[in-house]
Amino acid sequence: MFSVIEKRKLNDSMTLMVVDAPFIAKKAKAGQFIILRVNEFGERIPLTIADYDREKGTVTIIYQIVGKTTMLLDQLNVGDGILDFIGPLGKASELEGYHRAAVIGGGAGCAIAYPQSKALHQMGAKVDMIAGFRSRDIIILEDEMRAASDSLTVMTDDGSNGNKGFVTDALKKNIEKGANYDLVVAIGPLVMMRAVCNLTKEYGIKTIVSMNPIMIDGTGMCGGCRLTVGGKTRFACVDGPDFDGHEVDFDETIKRSRTYAEMEKQAAHDFKCHLMESVENA
Amino acid sequence: MPNMNPKKTPIPEQEPGVRSKNFEEVSLGYTEAMAKEEAERCLHCKNQPCVSGCPVGVHIPDFIRSVAEGDMEGAYQTIKLTNSLPAVCGRVCPQENQCEQKCVRGIKGEPVGIGRLERFAADWHMKNGKDEEFHVEKNGRKVAVIGAGPAGLTCAGDLAAMGYSVTVFEALHAAGGVLMYGIPQFRLPKEIVQKEIDALKQKGVEIQTDMVIGKVLSVDELFEMGYEAIFVGTGAGLPSFMNIPGESLIGVYSANEFLTRINLMKAYKPEYDTPMIEPKRVAVVGGGNVAMDAARTSLRLGAEKVYIVYRRAEEQMPARREEVHHAKEEGVEFNLLCNPVAIHGDEGGKVESIECIRMELGEPDASGRRKPIPIEGSNFKLPVDCVVMAIGNSPNPLIRSTTEGLEANRHGCIVVDEKTMQTSREGVYAAGDAVSGAATVILAMGGGKDAARSIDQYIRSKH
Repeated sequence: MFSVIEKRKLNDSMTLMVVDAPFIAKKAKAGQFIILRVNEFGERIPLTIADYDREKGTVTIIYQIVGKTTMLLDQLNVGDGILDFIGPLGKASELEGYHRAAVIGGGAGCAIAYPQSKALHQMGAKVDMIAGFRSRDIIILEDEMRAASDSLTVMTDDGSNGNKGFVTDALKKNIEKGANYDLVVAIGPLVMMRAVCNLTKEYGIKTIVSMNPIMIDGTGMCGGCRLTVGGKTRFACVDGPDFDGHEVDFDETIKRSRTYAEMEKQAAHDFKCHLMESVENA
Repeated sequence: MPNMNPKKTPIPEQEPGVRSKNFEEVSLGYTEAMAKEEAERCLHCKNQPCVSGCPVGVHIPDFIRSVAEGDMEGAYQTIKLTNSLPAVCGRVCPQENQCEQKCVRGIKGEPVGIGRLERFAADWHMKNGKDEEFHVEKNGRKVAVIGAGPAGLTCAGDLAAMGYSVTVFEALHAAGGVLMYGIPQFRLPKEIVQKEIDALKQKGVEIQTDMVIGKVLSVDELFEMGYEAIFVGTGAGLPSFMNIPGESLIGVYSANEFLTRINLMKAYKPEYDTPMIEPKRVAVVGGGNVAMDAARTSLRLGAEKVYIVYRRAEEQMPARREEVHHAKEEGVEFNLLCNPVAIHGDEGGKVESIECIRMELGEPDASGRRKPIPIEGSNFKLPVDCVVMAIGNSPNPLIRSTTEGLEANRHGCIVVDEKTMQTSREGVYAAGDAVSGAATVILAMGGGKDAARSIDQYIRSKH
């Protein structure tokens, strides 16, 4: 069992959890992920490591409640245990040697983009961070992102924070204003990462994306996380999760990501229904 | 006077029409009377050719004599002298190519059913026997075993019996390796694997799950932690794909993923959250045991049509005869001498059909098997909504890519001295599929045994 040390709601659907996992904390690097299984009957799901504390022996994850597994996870409180917590998996991000970078986070992806920005910034790069959310009330980690970059632009789909538009709009504006990026890092929903890559390809700016496909073991064994990169089959768990965004076949990945969409929707629905029943019966 | 019946005593099995709809074990095993009857077919040859066919050297005629005499516990203990997983081996060993192939009774008729008797003795013990308290004086030396599959568990068990403190590190959440994630319940019940693992724990073997060595700890760090030798039994867990168009469509699985979802993650049980598509028509590509397992599992998931697609003829199939026979009985259709060239999907990216080309057999290739050659223009499509690629695995690269000085060949197999199982790194030994590429449970166990012996010699030579 891996104990939950801290739990903090970031907004209605996103939660930060600090987990006691000393072995993983000792080795974790930015860009790597863990796989967890909440209980005996649970799925194994991958989650990116948002932060770690080597001295305290803890690993921080940030998850968005989207399906049954994340709902189950969110039922755990400080002192409860996660049955399996495995990592650090995947390759660490390679962020050294850049001068001027844009780090883009979309929604829950900001939780992963933010430590990347921090790492780049600490390595001496000038970093513009761009974060995108649906609306103002679900913005997370704003202060942290601001502190981890030279500038922060938060865009909302509905303009409720005053900055209406997509992250690509803000990125394009920066580029056209003369920001001479030698690296763009984009982490968020697949469609967002695809849009960023389409834009940066026009300008010839190297772009790294972090892929989070369906996965079971995380060690290269199942092959479920395969994606096509530069025409070749690669496994996100051992070859990634970071890839050159201009080489990734996003259309294929987006389709594959929907493999269990209907089943997951049903599972989440059923789970909620049972929860409601137990609340009503209580 | 031996039982001179040329045929093996038949073993009761679930009816094909019934078993293809459940995950219960297919073979029900001998009764005591059947076991005795079969045991009496053994001629107790002086030179014991069967033993030479066993990778772990089970004292076969001796244990069979005990069965014939009704001393079932004695039979079990005899097997256990050299084989730490008898209930597993009695079920999944390719006996027909090993012990039974060398059986003198096989010259005129069927060989003695050694595998069935081994299974009987192991099951008898699980039901009626009692494991004696295990007392071995600890020698104060620590050994690390990476991977809790057949090779690692065997090596760990042997070392524990010699007095070593052994820690087994397993990447998944359950120990057992391919026995847990790969081989289906209907061929090898997981409860049996679990009992074998529990028995090892009773011997004092410590098993740490959720530990991906190569990531969370390196081989060098294990040495720093005081482990004096390390055994690598990380298996062949890197699935091969054909690199044909359409392999990324929804519904295309590696056999590893397909079987892991079912076996380890129990997708067929409603109380588990593991999602799984519910295939109606399935094509399984390949001709080995894994292909048979995937095909028969598909039937049990409710598929109406299940095809094996294999590029050579039935005689060349690497699967055990018994598995091919079982699959046919259950209704799996065999498309032999044909090879997939593409998988086609609908607009949503879901599999709709698999396109194959017919093959003919040419001259023997390097492996000695006749090489399949495509027949131009013979393409045809099978309508399917699921394709399982069961065309093999190569060794998992995690350890070798994170361990300096660990030599591997061009197939990714760790290079060892065949006698000692020592790798290019001092104190590091390896066996099983990580060394051989995908092979059998019993060969992996044999390698694990050899390595345990060498590790003991190595550590003793240092002190």
